[in-house]
Amino acid sequence: MTLVGQSVAIAAKDLRIEVRGRYALGSVLPFAGTLLVAFGLSLGPGRTLLAETAPGLLWLAVLFASVLSSRRAYEHEGEDGALEGLLLAPIDKAAVFIGKGIAIAVQLLALELAIVLLVSGLFDLSLAVAPLTLVAALFLGTIGLAAVGSLFGVLAEAPRAREAVLPLLVLPLATPVLIAGVRATALATAGRAGEAGSWLGLLLAFDLVFVSVGTLVFGFLLEE
Amino acid sequence: MVSSLERVAGRITAPRGERILGWATLVAMAASAVMSLVVSPPDAQQGNAARLLYIHVPSAWLAYLSFAVVFVASIAYLATRRTRWDRLAAASAEVGVLFTALAIALGSLWGKPVWGTWWTWDPRITTTTILLLIYVGYLAVRRLSDSPARRARWAAVVGVVGFLDVPVSYLSVTWWRGLHQGTTIRLLGESTIAPIMQVALMTGVFAFTLLFLYLVTVRLRLGRLEDRAVAEALSPRLGQSAEALLEQEASARG
Repeated sequence: MTLVGQSVAIAAKDLRIEVRGRYALGSVLPFAGTLLVAFGLSLGPGRTLLAETAPGLLWLAVLFASVLSSRRAYEHEGEDGALEGLLLAPIDKAAVFIGKGIAIAVQLLALELAIVLLVSGLFDLSLAVAPLTLVAALFLGTIGLAAVGSLFGVLAEAPRAREAVLPLLVLPLATPVLIAGVRATALATAGRAGEAGSWLGLLLAFDLVFVSVGTLVFGFLLEE
Repeated sequence: MVSSLERVAGRITAPRGERILGWATLVAMAASAVMSLVVSPPDAQQGNAARLLYIHVPSAWLAYLSFAVVFVASIAYLATRRTRWDRLAAASAEVGVLFTALAIALGSLWGKPVWGTWWTWDPRITTTTILLLIYVGYLAVRRLSDSPARRARWAAVVGVVGFLDVPVSYLSVTWWRGLHQGTTIRLLGESTIAPIMQVALMTGVFAFTLLFLYLVTVRLRLGRLEDRAVAEALSPRLGQSAEALLEQEASARG
């Protein structure tokens, strides 16, 4: 089996678990919705302020959803020694990183569809101005977040893991995704999509760094 | 290359090296204090507040130096699997977090009289703050695992990835500011700094670098003692207590 085949097999396994357990749908999405409503409440009912902050709120919801999804991606591996089984399987360790990354990315993209519609409804974000730029920003940002989450999600399964460690690590590392994603989204929804190119380039650079470095170093996290 | 680096490091961290380093640091810090407080004149515009330069810039330099050391030591650990590289990364990260926080706090103190605000979202300040958060996360990861080998591997991965994240973060923060406001206020253009101030600044950077080496050396010794105490607790074959080991270490140092 090639690396691609192994990665796809792992991604399919994780997505099958998600389809049967419905964690993203049943817990992460309601959480993101609650978060967006809480943002709205904290910023008050003024429509201009809400419309201005909408891209930031959108990406914060995506960022928190990515932390929850990456934690979940390794949570079920901790049960019944599933991780040991995965390690003993005759596959490349990088395939675990890539496969889990794909599974997280697919779940995140599905979540983002709902989050974007919610933000658009709650905060008046105009989606139709430059939909392609918006989709590109979300897609590139998601790959980066999935790579960071797939790389470090495994740490949350440590015997002494605290709930806060994963977000403590992921949120500062993902700063470029947050900034570039918010900027690209703001430009795309304000009808200035032409200026978003450099932000999309930055997201792409982040993706390349984290996917390639993650593939190289992930094996070190899993050795026993 | 790795082995020659280890030899040099071994010589510095020997008890004699540590004592000499400690005295050298003390002398250099005193020289830096005299240079920055007495010899250097007050700044034409900022008055005495500008003297913060002589500790703020060296602290910021140590922030970046120490995390570069964490990066190199992490790669060396993953390549050689020797515990000493892990101890070096841990020691350097702890000292680095200390000086990064100090650089931000000093910058904030300096910003109030000069810029009129404790905080501004300047690219360098923001990047340094992100750096601080990443390495606070690094130290949190070090406390995660109860297996020393696993802790070392995990920490090394975070040490490598965290450092590679810095340039991308800096770029994103710079653009983020650049698209909305003019360039950052430059207090001291490279060419406009007076020669005497430059000498004072260089003395500060030198003294702080020695301080960094000294603190890392002490932390490395502490790390060795910790490891030995743990090893001794797990296998009492020596018939010695951890206290006895500490005494032994103390007498070896004279």
